[in-house]
Amino acid sequence: MRPFAYVRATSLQEAADAYAAHPGSRYLGGGTNLVDLMKLGVETPGALIDVSRLPLAEIRELPDGGLRVGATVRNSDLAAHPLVRSRYPLLSRALLAGASGQLRNVATTGGNLLQRTRCGYFQDLSTPCNKREPGSGCGARDGLHRDHAVLGHSEHCIATHPSDMAVALAALDAEVELYGGAGTTRRVAAAEFHRLPGDRPEDDTVIRPGEIVTAVLLPAPAPGAVSLYRKARERASYAFALASVAVVLDLDPGDGRVRRIALAFGGLAHRPWRAAAAEARLTGAVPDPGAVRDAVDAELARARPLRDNAYKLPLARHLACDAIAELTGAHPGSPATP
Amino acid sequence: MPHATDPPAHGPVPDGAPGPAPRTPDGAPATAVRSRVALRVNGVHHELDLDHRVTLLDTLREHLDLTGAKKGCDHGQCGACTVLVEGRRANSCLLLAVALHGCEITTVEGLAGPDDTLHPLQRAFMEHDAFQCGYCTPGQLCSAVGALREAAAGHPSHATAAAALAVPGPAALSAEEVRERLSGNLCRCGAYPAIVRAVTDAGADAAATAAGAEVTP
Repeated sequence: MRPFAYVRATSLQEAADAYAAHPGSRYLGGGTNLVDLMKLGVETPGALIDVSRLPLAEIRELPDGGLRVGATVRNSDLAAHPLVRSRYPLLSRALLAGASGQLRNVATTGGNLLQRTRCGYFQDLSTPCNKREPGSGCGARDGLHRDHAVLGHSEHCIATHPSDMAVALAALDAEVELYGGAGTTRRVAAAEFHRLPGDRPEDDTVIRPGEIVTAVLLPAPAPGAVSLYRKARERASYAFALASVAVVLDLDPGDGRVRRIALAFGGLAHRPWRAAAAEARLTGAVPDPGAVRDAVDAELARARPLRDNAYKLPLARHLACDAIAELTGAHPGSPATP
Repeated sequence: MPHATDPPAHGPVPDGAPGPAPRTPDGAPATAVRSRVALRVNGVHHELDLDHRVTLLDTLREHLDLTGAKKGCDHGQCGACTVLVEGRRANSCLLLAVALHGCEITTVEGLAGPDDTLHPLQRAFMEHDAFQCGYCTPGQLCSAVGALREAAAGHPSHATAAAALAVPGPAALSAEEVRERLSGNLCRCGAYPAIVRAVTDAGADAAATAAGAEVTP
């Protein structure tokens, strides 16, 4: 590992100033991914700016009924928070489906968003990777890519984003708050925070150099809406998603039609994939199994599977159809509810 | 240690002038690659001069002669390095010691009581023969201590049923819950069935004790 300077920031501005003084440095949250990547030689910052002790560890209810989650709230504390469990159970579920108890105790909300892909070629310095070393090529495209993207990938990169939490946030219409220095903040929709690789796979997100994630903002849940997160993986626990789905469903209790649905896939793309085509088809429709299957298929028709990962399409389709069926059955407005 | 030749880290700064240069915790310039780090490990205070690259695991093993926490994968995947940081379980291989300045650490060496009375989980592991080679055991023990604390504090898990997720409260640990909550600790010998029995037993005892304490004035 390359030697590095260490700065413990005591304020956001101090952190931003330290970044300006050390271009190419990295902010340190829990470090569960960053320290690992430094050991692997993938990350070689000249300085770490420790933001983990900034006063951003609070979960606060907002006047509009939403929730503000500070960037340094640990994943385990977010999953266990009573208001998250009762109002945003899919967020608790997504967090609890990720990593291990030890990692969740350390990993932060901001760091979870900023974690890098677990593509084996990205993590292996002896192989080409356009994300790690732009222009070097992609080892995964003709290599081992069972875990890789089927949607939205480019000739330059077929990596997936590994976060479960981010998939739930995309479905919840959450926003990410960023501090840009000099007292300025901006907000980005969680579903737009991560980007598709295009010809710049080195940029995972829309974050600008030096910006700091300060909070995630959750809008008030719609009364009566139900939600869940479901994940398929190689083993029952402590594994990344092959495919996952986050669904928020609001049915009209009168006629059982979909008032609003948010559907997001994980494990399929370089970012959480909001299924806009499927959502549009289902909005206003009765979510019977045929309509749901047609809507999900319309979304997945856009996929371009690789040699060894076409299995993700039926997997994702079954996850989404089963999840929506379960929510439809459980919904107070459903004819299936006694 | 502050360097006598350094300018003060804080002080009046004229408007528009750049602020003080970023500082490391001990006041050394931010180009330094080492810092003094204070840690309290198993109740004993230590002051160490450490390269920033040194992990908590290497601090324990190479600088403090506490070799209970094991280096398995060194990438947070096996759990053999698990210790308690501020009472919460964590992979010590992924924590930089410098970032833990001022923290309280408990390793497997610190689980037993002052008179060497074994921790209930240590006793349960012996009673259930919950190991073969023993390499993963210190991590399993620290992880189990953390997991039982989390359950007592009402933390849910992936195995928690929907009804229990919605209504926070101390979590009873079934075998399924124990398997899920300890999935971050691998055992290459495959002693899992006995580990699950040991932790389930110890968890039930701890819950019973806590329940007893609640009704006892």
